[in-house]
Amino acid sequence: MIFLKLAMKSLRNRAFATTLTVVSIALSVALLLSVERAKRAAEEGFTQTISKTDLIVGARSGPLQLILYTVFNMGNPTHNISYETFEDVRKNPAIAWTIPYSLGDGHRGFRVVGTNEDFFRHYHYRGDAKIELAQGIVFRDLWDVVIGSDVARKLGYKLGDRIIVTHGVTKGEGILNHEDKPFVVAGIMKPTGTPLDRAVYMSLEGMEALHVDWQDGAAPTADKMIPRDRLSKDSLKVHSITAFFVGAKSRIETLKLQREINNYKQEPLLAIIPGVTLSELWNGLSYVEGVLRMISWMVVVVGLMAMLIALTTTLNERRREMSILRAVGAQSSQIVGLLVFESALLTALGIILGVFLSVALVAVLKPWIETEFGLYLVGPWFTHRELLYIIVTLIGGTLIGLIPALRAQRLALKDGLSVKL
Amino acid sequence: MTSSNILIEIRDLQYTYEGQTAPTLRIPEFSVVRGEELFLYGPSGTGKTTLLEILAGVLKPHQGSIKILGMDFAKLSAAERDSFRAEHMGYVFQSFNLIPYLSVQENIELPLHLSPARRARLGSVDTELVIRALCGNLGIADLLGKKVGALSVGQQQRVAVARALLGKPDLLLADEPTSALDVDHRERFLKLMFELSELYGTTVVFVSHDRSMEKLFTRSISLDSINKVV
Repeated sequence: MIFLKLAMKSLRNRAFATTLTVVSIALSVALLLSVERAKRAAEEGFTQTISKTDLIVGARSGPLQLILYTVFNMGNPTHNISYETFEDVRKNPAIAWTIPYSLGDGHRGFRVVGTNEDFFRHYHYRGDAKIELAQGIVFRDLWDVVIGSDVARKLGYKLGDRIIVTHGVTKGEGILNHEDKPFVVAGIMKPTGTPLDRAVYMSLEGMEALHVDWQDGAAPTADKMIPRDRLSKDSLKVHSITAFFVGAKSRIETLKLQREINNYKQEPLLAIIPGVTLSELWNGLSYVEGVLRMISWMVVVVGLMAMLIALTTTLNERRREMSILRAVGAQSSQIVGLLVFESALLTALGIILGVFLSVALVAVLKPWIETEFGLYLVGPWFTHRELLYIIVTLIGGTLIGLIPALRAQRLALKDGLSVKL
Repeated sequence: MTSSNILIEIRDLQYTYEGQTAPTLRIPEFSVVRGEELFLYGPSGTGKTTLLEILAGVLKPHQGSIKILGMDFAKLSAAERDSFRAEHMGYVFQSFNLIPYLSVQENIELPLHLSPARRARLGSVDTELVIRALCGNLGIADLLGKKVGALSVGQQQRVAVARALLGKPDLLLADEPTSALDVDHRERFLKLMFELSELYGTTVVFVSHDRSMEKLFTRSISLDSINKVV
């Protein structure tokens, strides 16, 4: 195929311009694909922040608020629910397991969560992933805490370190520190890439112990203070929790269970299906995704424009070449074909390089992205959407090639065999 | 002169460039016989190249008829004229005959790739061998693998002749191919060209404004004598 050969040799002859063009297309394609992949990872990561949990139950407020303060460590609950209610609801035969979740205190900007061993047993994220400990053990003693990986990393905590919990979730220096009741780091969690990494976990009793001597929300005076060593896990009674996670025995029963909990007479409760609320929340953020994608497309257009410019500027120098081809019997439509083929070739090379670039980039940066951004690049390398983008880019590049090609044809017809430069 | 001997036959041909009122060419009658080596001279800007491009089928006359090998160009489409050119003609420019990013051999082979009919004219023999022999005759056999940029002007013109004559075309059109050469080389170049065109039975139409070479041709006419523009 002579035109393949001509196009290849001609492009090689202009190796520098060709390389620049291919690289500019490759970069834009790589950006487009990377944005798409990051978007997919973000969506996946976001909606999979919590998995296998069928319902989240809290005091009656809004679903978004509930999911924000339970799953994302954001915002504050307005009410707690009583422990009796929790115990009563969990008796429901449709429930397979529960995880109590108690908020209120903080530690140097991180939240402190009161829960129990079920948290380590039943909490799932990103499909099948469970909480695992990198070091130490799950809290056993009243004064034990397990810390998320970010907490350990940012604050440089090791096993056995003592930590002071601050009353209320505050950034920086707390106003009221529970200095009389220090806790000990018993375990450090492996990174999960979810908000789990940014919290401190203790037993519900530990949470209770912090406030056992408090009255009407105020710190005890010195004479009313109950010293740390007089408290034990058995002596404390948990009064309230903030929320709890529910795993249903069967998915089918979830809706019925949700209705039952929402209609619970003794206390106003709200049960939400986390997957549904997470999707809603994500869709609310989807304009960001749209903006990102739009920018990527604009970059692709700029890349193709660079090609258009590169091909058009060389056209004048190539008029002689076109005349020679005409003289040996090439049709003017074959000239069009040659140039369109060249741009298709450039686009294809750019796409191949771009795909390679984005794949290599992801492969190299994957561990870093996961630890640094908590963005887990899961799922297939390519979805039909990426393939569609590639096809659209290829078609776009080929069509843009028609502009210089038709110009070349016009010149070739005007010039005939004698170029009048 | 029997009609079967006539290669080119022009009657009442008229060509006017776009945007111009007066025609550049108006040739009531003109013919070229097979095997002729025709020298067509005239000063610059009198339509020599225009006539060559009409003969090559790149331009289409607005009036009149032109027949080559009995084929009426007025009745052919542009694409048909292109493939007719690829099959039956060779063309040599004044200069810059070669595509710079192809090797000498690739340049010579170009018409074969564009026209299967031209390739068929080579016969069943090995293409490589034919090119070697042809280039041997032109004294450029050792240049085949070279880059075009490494060639002198004279060498380039000979490569152009090799390309034009490959596959023994019926007609060789030459647009002042010697004007870039010095006088000594011109004569040698023309003699080589004629040697081969006679061997292949190729008719030569050669245009130039410089009459110093006209004695080497079998016929020499002035474009003015056939072009009746007022």
